[in-house]
Amino acid sequence: MPREIRREEVRKVVASGAQLVEVLPSPEYEEDHLPGAIHIPLRKIDSQGVELLDRKRAVIVYCWDTA
Amino acid sequence: MSPRAAWRLETLGFGEVYDYIDGKVDWMAAGLPTEGTNAQHPRAGDIARKDVPTAGLQEKLGDVKARVEVQGWDAVVAVNDQRVVLGLLRAKELAGDPEQPIEKAMRPGPSTFRPYVSLHEMLHFMVDHKLDSAPVTTSDGRLVGLLLQKDVAAEMEKK
Repeated sequence: MPREIRREEVRKVVASGAQLVEVLPSPEYEEDHLPGAIHIPLRKIDSQGVELLDRKRAVIVYCWDTA
Repeated sequence: MSPRAAWRLETLGFGEVYDYIDGKVDWMAAGLPTEGTNAQHPRAGDIARKDVPTAGLQEKLGDVKARVEVQGWDAVVAVNDQRVVLGLLRAKELAGDPEQPIEKAMRPGPSTFRPYVSLHEMLHFMVDHKLDSAPVTTSDGRLVGLLLQKDVAAEMEKK
């Protein structure tokens, strides 16, 4: 089950090797994204779209806010 | 959107999935760095004066005024011990009764702005609302600095 985390935990989990994924559309990612985040828009999250990700490492997803 | 993405990743076999529910707006509001085309341009948090004087609610106005004038300021941000912004004093408020506490002299609950706001947007707002300065805070209200309209205008001139 995915776990909800807050900012400070994001920093800790990233520091321990987690992958950051922004799921917003391209223009928003191109303007601003968290350092080191890769871009996989929500609609592209399928078996092909996640090939960039390492299944053995933790993944943190985020969008703009809680919406 | 991110909860659906997190669940989808789990169905695709990812074993350790986290959802940063407060998202990018929370990250940027905390003044943390980003990458991307916008990150090349200075924003409110970048040019806000971090050395703005602060004062506690119980300090005497006269003492605070004397202290900040030495530093060349005519504005003070009233904060608590967590640096959460509780009020603002500009020249008009600083000219009040020197014996009264900051709590009585300050303008309470000033409008604050997040560090990620563009300078273009800030300049429009400050001109429209006749603001010479505006506090920049994180999303939890902690002071980042005081943004001066003249600094925003000067930075915009560089472009």
